[in-house]
Amino acid sequence: MSAIPFHRLPWVRRRASGVDDDVRLLERLRAGEEEAFVTLVGRYHDAMLRLARTFVRSHAVAEEVVQDTWVAVLRGVDRFEGRSSLRTWLLTILANRARTAGAREARSVPDSDGAAAAVDGTRFDSSGAWSSPPEQWVEDVEERVGAVALRGQILTALGAMPARQRAVVMLRDVDGLRSDEVCEVLALTPANERVLLHRGRSRLRQALEDTIGAAS
Amino acid sequence: MSPLRSAPLVCQEVVELVTDYLEGALSRRDRRRFEQHLAGCPHCTAYLAQMRETLRLTGQLVPEDLSPEMQHEFGDIYRRWRSGA
Repeated sequence: MSAIPFHRLPWVRRRASGVDDDVRLLERLRAGEEEAFVTLVGRYHDAMLRLARTFVRSHAVAEEVVQDTWVAVLRGVDRFEGRSSLRTWLLTILANRARTAGAREARSVPDSDGAAAAVDGTRFDSSGAWSSPPEQWVEDVEERVGAVALRGQILTALGAMPARQRAVVMLRDVDGLRSDEVCEVLALTPANERVLLHRGRSRLRQALEDTIGAAS
Repeated sequence: MSPLRSAPLVCQEVVELVTDYLEGALSRRDRRRFEQHLAGCPHCTAYLAQMRETLRLTGQLVPEDLSPEMQHEFGDIYRRWRSGA
């Protein structure tokens, strides 16, 4: 596996895959089908790698953590009781392992997660009303600015986020976990999860506003 | 976030409540105040629409399928595990 910087990861449209699918895959995996395992890895490996990267700095360590997780998944597959979704279960195992690896990696750079405002204060007047209000984004914004440019902008903004923030936004808004699942995976309280989500989403919106505003 | 006063919300407060609003985490009272502000404020309405569009675009990002090399690699991992290595 080659190391690709996070913001250069290739992305495509969402594949159709659902919970029913996961249940069937799990049955096949328990029955000892290698192909089921490879399919499962294909479905979740990238999400796991991205999540691992929010805990550890080195891509190589992140890949190790993900591989270890898959081995742990194989060992534990008979113990999985289906109390949470398969995806939540996988990501929770991953997060626990990555947290340990991250602590071992002894990060010297703290997660500077400053309490930035959703919108820069200079855009409001002294009463707190907009002085530089947001524009209406027209319907064909993707055509006008280009879907690729917008995607690149989002990826860059995600890459620039503090790790925790990025983990929450990716799990909630890219991978589509429910907020209670995000809390479970990352061991966050609901309030903390929403604070991180709010900061992350605000940054994404600002990044898009910068791009879309410049194009109009 | 500081507790909301009962005074009407101003725009600068509204933008900080957008996530709690979209996540359904506002109390019924705060939700009403939030929506009352929106009803009279086209700018904050535009802001909320921008945020919804941001979420839609972000939700379209999804990693590509595994490369053939990686499929191969995980096939190996599986077989090693099966053989008890």
